[in-house]
Amino acid sequence: MTTLQSNILEKHTPTGREEAWRFTPLKRLGGMHDGTATPVLHNSLIAKSELPNGVTLSHTTIKSITETDDAIVNRIREFTDQGTLLQISADTEVSSPIFLGRTQGVLDKAEFARVLIKVGSHAKATVIIENTGDTHIAEDLEIQVGPGANLTFICLQEWGSQTIHAGRHHATVDRDASFKSIVVTVGGNLVRLLPTVDFIAPGASCDLSGVYFATAGQFFEHRMFVDHKVPHAKSRVNYKGALAGDKAHTVWIGDVFIRAAAEGTDTYELNRNLLLSDGARADSVPNLEIETGEIVGAGHASTTGRFDDEQLFYLMSRGINMEDARRLVVRGFFNEIVAEIGIEEIQNRIMTRIDEELAKAGN
Amino acid sequence: MSTLEIRGLKVSVDTEQGAIEILKGVDLTIKSGETHAIMGPNGSGKSTLAYSIAGHPKYTITGGTVTLDGADVLEMTVDERAKAGLFLAMQYPVEVPGVSVSNFLRTAATALRGEAPKLREWVGEVKSAMESLKMDASFAQRNVNEGFSGGEKKRHEIMQLELLKPKFAILDETDSGLDVDALRIVSEGVVRAKAANNHGILLITHYTRILKYIKPDFVHVFANGRIVEEGGPELADKLEANGYAEYVSA
Repeated sequence: MTTLQSNILEKHTPTGREEAWRFTPLKRLGGMHDGTATPVLHNSLIAKSELPNGVTLSHTTIKSITETDDAIVNRIREFTDQGTLLQISADTEVSSPIFLGRTQGVLDKAEFARVLIKVGSHAKATVIIENTGDTHIAEDLEIQVGPGANLTFICLQEWGSQTIHAGRHHATVDRDASFKSIVVTVGGNLVRLLPTVDFIAPGASCDLSGVYFATAGQFFEHRMFVDHKVPHAKSRVNYKGALAGDKAHTVWIGDVFIRAAAEGTDTYELNRNLLLSDGARADSVPNLEIETGEIVGAGHASTTGRFDDEQLFYLMSRGINMEDARRLVVRGFFNEIVAEIGIEEIQNRIMTRIDEELAKAGN
Repeated sequence: MSTLEIRGLKVSVDTEQGAIEILKGVDLTIKSGETHAIMGPNGSGKSTLAYSIAGHPKYTITGGTVTLDGADVLEMTVDERAKAGLFLAMQYPVEVPGVSVSNFLRTAATALRGEAPKLREWVGEVKSAMESLKMDASFAQRNVNEGFSGGEKKRHEIMQLELLKPKFAILDETDSGLDVDALRIVSEGVVRAKAANNHGILLITHYTRILKYIKPDFVHVFANGRIVEEGGPELADKLEANGYAEYVSA
């Protein structure tokens, strides 16, 4: 069994010594991990526009599709079997995105939320979750991508500054299905997300992309796990982050496990961080565990750097002042991933937010 | 009429072995409409002169002055120098990932002109600059210098020269890495820009071939961190025949 994601817990409570929790400031989790938070069922996730034919959203009993050793998710499951179910019927092709969202939540308690997104076979859709406002939320979100289906899942953390958000976003991807996820985390006090994927049949693919920008005092953790347990699946991971300000802290973990049965696996993961000031810390840990040599490719790269003086010089030598040059470089850095969202209004909003974060950090 | 005046310029760079003096007192005066060629062997300090005038942070000015119409260039930030009218076409233009040529050019033009150019006119300006440099329209949507061939990078530099209309253009080995056709296209761009704007040119080159297209009024031989000989276009012919041997051994 893999050592990746090992998470042996005493009494379901992380101590910080576990691999999965070693970077997380447990004291700032609002008690969601150790049973001291008061859980509430809130079902805060709502549809922001009318749902197209073949798509339904309901509050119902949720039956988990996977097991996990994540402490917070297990507490959620102990607490409730109720949650939000989004179903996209088989063979449904939804041309415009399905907008879901959360706004203001609870701060003196913690919302324990369960969400299941079921994408029927050969369905095709884009689901966008827009998270805004201030809340404490522990989230167990599962996505079932049926055979031949194609899901783009865009999850935007544009939270207010008091939010604590700990979530597992787990997708199972069936035969010849493709799953694309774009995670944007630009707001919140503490955000800890686990975008994880199980390939359950051959021919599946996933593309996990993300951007994050942490400023003074913010902690953003993104912890991928891609489980290649079947042959001929393909995974790509590309996360980019920027940090500015004292005690801004980001964590990116990219765990990829290629099991003995996973012949023909093709995987590559990448994380780049831009450190924009002193006093910020970016942890970046790619892990690749390989049990078979019969693969197409497996690789990873991680870089953490500062502003490239040559880029700034080039831009400034054309009359662009330092502030604008920095903004151009940061926008350019994130553009590769933000442009993949494919919805101009959201892209502009995210870029504007990034400009604001950069301005807040000062020069 | 503008004047760029360099007096006794001394420049050093920091290395692991300590500061090394590269420019050892450079004197040069360029006026609007004049083309000055600076020629010299590799390592003589030609590019250091170009980057020092533009304000690259790697170089430390240890002596001398650079003024543009009397204003102290050395006191200016890099962008202020551009706004004052200096333009450096770089030998190795820098890639800026994720920033499109179109966005970059418009941002630069806005900064230099003090207001955003009117969209309709600007689109026309860019289109005509690109056409005259034989650049495909798709070029504007590519990221700045990213994946550009050597020739594309140089065309992009000269396109900026045409659009940004400086008072003085410093061309740092713009001819390097260009095949004959690209050299002609790029050189014609320089000549066209000068005809339109009457800017002064400081043309830095190792070879004489670009001088067939861009005729210098003055030729300066650069060796060991200073100008060692000056003359008219005939000096370039002499260099073509004899090379730099006599200056290097001197």
